[in-house]
Amino acid sequence: MAKENDIKKHYQNWKNHTVAKGTSRFPERKKNFKTTSGIPIDTTYFPREDPRETYLEKLSFPGTYPFTRGIQPTMYRSRLWTMRQYAGFGTAEESNKRYKYLLQQGQTGLSIAFDLPTQLGYDSDDPRSEGEVGKVGVAIDTLKDMEILLDGIPLDKVSTSMTINAPAAILLAMYILVGEKQNVPREKLRGTIQNDILKEYVARGTYIFPPKPSLRIITNIFEFCSKEMPNWNTISISGYHIREAGANAIQEIAFTMANAIEYVKSAISAGLDVDTFAGRLSFFFNAHNDLFEEVAKFRAARRVWAKIMKEKFGAKNPRSMMLRFHTQTAGSTLTAQQPDNNVIRVTIQTLAAVLGGTQSLHTNSKDEALGLPSEESVRIALRTQQIVAHESGVANTVDPLGGSYYIEYLTDEIEKRVWDYLTKIEKMGGVIKAIESGFIQKEIQDSAFEYQKEVESGERIIVGVNKFRIEEEPKDLEILKVKPEVRIKQIEKLQEVKKNRNNSAVEEKLKQLKACAENENKNLMPPIIEAVKEYATIGEICGVLREVFGEYKENIVI
Amino acid sequence: MNKKVRILIAKPGLDGHDRGAKYIARALKDAGYEVIYTGIRQTPEAIVKTAIQEDVDFIGLSLLSGAHNELFPRVTELLKKHGAEDIIVFGGGIIPEEDIPFLKSKGIKAIFTPGTPIRDVIDFIESQKEAKNNE
Amino acid sequence: MNELVEGIISGNTRAISKAISLVENDGPDKIELLKEIHRYVGESVIIGITGPPGAGKSSLINVLIKEYRKQGKKVGILAIDPTSPFTGGALLGDRLRMQDHSTDENVFIRSLATRGHLGGISLATSDAVKILDAAGFEIILLETVGVGQAEIEIVEASDIVLLVLVPGYGDEIQVLKAGIIEIGDIYVINKADQMDATKLKTTIEYYLELSPDKNANHRKVVLTSSLTGSGVDSLIHEINSTYNFFRKKGILNERRKTRIRKEILRILNSRILESINQTFNGRNFDSSINKILNKKIDPYTIADSIFEEMKKRSQT
Repeated sequence: MAKENDIKKHYQNWKNHTVAKGTSRFPERKKNFKTTSGIPIDTTYFPREDPRETYLEKLSFPGTYPFTRGIQPTMYRSRLWTMRQYAGFGTAEESNKRYKYLLQQGQTGLSIAFDLPTQLGYDSDDPRSEGEVGKVGVAIDTLKDMEILLDGIPLDKVSTSMTINAPAAILLAMYILVGEKQNVPREKLRGTIQNDILKEYVARGTYIFPPKPSLRIITNIFEFCSKEMPNWNTISISGYHIREAGANAIQEIAFTMANAIEYVKSAISAGLDVDTFAGRLSFFFNAHNDLFEEVAKFRAARRVWAKIMKEKFGAKNPRSMMLRFHTQTAGSTLTAQQPDNNVIRVTIQTLAAVLGGTQSLHTNSKDEALGLPSEESVRIALRTQQIVAHESGVANTVDPLGGSYYIEYLTDEIEKRVWDYLTKIEKMGGVIKAIESGFIQKEIQDSAFEYQKEVESGERIIVGVNKFRIEEEPKDLEILKVKPEVRIKQIEKLQEVKKNRNNSAVEEKLKQLKACAENENKNLMPPIIEAVKEYATIGEICGVLREVFGEYKENIVI
Repeated sequence: MNKKVRILIAKPGLDGHDRGAKYIARALKDAGYEVIYTGIRQTPEAIVKTAIQEDVDFIGLSLLSGAHNELFPRVTELLKKHGAEDIIVFGGGIIPEEDIPFLKSKGIKAIFTPGTPIRDVIDFIESQKEAKNNE
Repeated sequence: MNELVEGIISGNTRAISKAISLVENDGPDKIELLKEIHRYVGESVIIGITGPPGAGKSSLINVLIKEYRKQGKKVGILAIDPTSPFTGGALLGDRLRMQDHSTDENVFIRSLATRGHLGGISLATSDAVKILDAAGFEIILLETVGVGQAEIEIVEASDIVLLVLVPGYGDEIQVLKAGIIEIGDIYVINKADQMDATKLKTTIEYYLELSPDKNANHRKVVLTSSLTGSGVDSLIHEINSTYNFFRKKGILNERRKTRIRKEILRILNSRILESINQTFNGRNFDSSINKILNKKIDPYTIADSIFEEMKKRSQT
């Protein structure tokens, strides 16, 4: 105790004399330094507590509760993070080519991007799909497209992440059936479906049904997978999009955790035992620019989740308390101006994710602000991960920044502020109430607005945009574009499938699906699988569900 | 005549990324305009109908999903059909430079790509307003 | 002008819209327009909808429109939002909760900003109502800012006022706020599917019982859910019965007369102000003001002398 007081006294002296003298000659660049989430940053940090008293409780060793330093004991020393580049565009044939290219170049897992009509449960020939088919991801209308998409890809060897939410059950059904065609039983399939509807309502906008039936679909999936697909991650509770929508680091974690709590609660009320499904919950976070804040954020997130699972939900299995997460580098930080600079931004963000202990990572390509990634730019993005993994040495010990006075300070601060939010949301009656009242959206909006104002005023410097600009931007960058003929091709394919399938069987299966949907106590997965097997389209299946569940109306907060 | 400039900010198509649109709406309100924001997933028909009912001077379209070449011209087409081509249309989002000439040929007066300061949008509105008043 | 009037009475969207802009911007042809359409005005039922923010007024209006459309009625909606006193701008977002009707020809939605006016509605509201009336919209809904005590103008502008409340927001306090309880003709407790509305209902009914207003016992409380649509047909039933009651008892006429009286006064007021401004164009009263500051004279005496001067000038 005495020793600590000594240090503190020295610090005060140093601040009042040495620093004051220094800054009178060289004033600091800012009046107040703070992280992007508003945590104040001091000139430097020093030990405030005796680690012998707090280490085991607050940090402990990797793979041990509260998992602050990592969820596995050896982390990247045994196995590097999965390099999983999000990809998909145009037709299933074109995307299949890109997947094979990426696997060839050393990617270790697949990540599928679907186009907006698919994500919203519309077929390519729906009038609402005009202009959108194949643009932000691959167009999937029926099982036939999925078969082409995964052609030649061994599903027993490759794990696949599918960024799909409202119609997740349908895409999962398709994946299962493609696996069966390859003679890979469903219990062997490894992968993830994003399946996180709550963040759609506040940050991403690709919802279909209202919250109650959406949660029912999600818990149906939990239940189904806990019995039939033990190696499948049933949800990827996401903070990435919340951050991209403008939230800061603390809000990213807080709102994700609030959503996670809601999912766990739903599953428990549906009768599932927490330790049977919690081990298959995974998360998805953002890797932003402020390197140290991001690393601290990931560490704080692990500690918070472990506590929530143990103390709030009484989980007994340590696996239930481990925060497993995928990370994507922050797309919104990449600029259209001087796009080569983005490679450097992505490198820093990669370091943040790796030093923060992510299980898998997607790195954005330099043309992110201009269009879809070209083959060349996606290769550079992949190489970024590979160079960090094999040439930088950061993967050679677990949690290398642990013990840094600054990092531990930030980890503690972020954790504290996250708990503040969680308490507030709980007082409101839970996250759904918070969404309905617009609280979460407002917090996000306010952060977004503040950030933008800082950029506009020049207080926040974005290199190449509001400082260090060049007059003539390079025009030689090849941008990948999706040809409008994709829609026509898809519509033709769709008509073929409809001609060749057993249409009366489809009608029958859709009827059964409707009956199942109308009964709250039934699991939707089996009838969905049945309908998909007969080549019912996504639009047809979602049409039935829209009839029964209705559509969610946006609660706009601005 | 104390006409206040009225602007409709709309997101056509299925794209749900509204951070930019919301920022523009709020910033334009702070600049003294009357802004009508109708949220995501708007069809071109609904956008034009709203624009006419609200008698807006400008429509700002925000789109990040790559469907701009199809959906932006639909809006200007429909405005023409309803005799409302005096409404000035501008756009923003993820729009490659090379698409801008085509969009302009279809009646979109300006495209504001990522990183454009809000000042540019306001200057554009003010200059268009001047031009209209001088007619 | 004839073209515009023709357009309005034939229900042409562009004409209606341009006409509303004309009255909003106080254009030179405004008075002529209002004179021209006057004979087509008076057929519509004007329903004012107010209540605290978050009560779900816009979503309630959305389901009301649906119900009225089922009955084959044409509906016009004016959604009023506040203008920022600092920037002069406004964010008008009410119509996005009424999206279901965005392509229905028989529904006309217009967002108005208060433009500095403090009464909860905009100055142009009653003129815009006349235009919608002349255009044949049998039902006109006015949605206001909902700040409570400033809502008094909605009463003047409407035939019937719905006060929308939501349970759980400090029920008693809402009701107690002086003025709010007296504003409503019908009390709508919205979001009744989500929270227990009985306490709020009882509180309102209790206060109505104590009210000195002899018509208070005709004021009803209706429970609705804009999410499920439940209670909306009862609400319309109440609106109709209240309207008929008001008509029978002459209350409707009284309200319309009051409205006209106030309108004449308002027009007179603005004419007088205009005339004062014109008469004293450029003069800045600085010396008078300095005299007042130095306690040499008081503001009433100054105003009186200006008034006298005005009278003299108008006689010449």
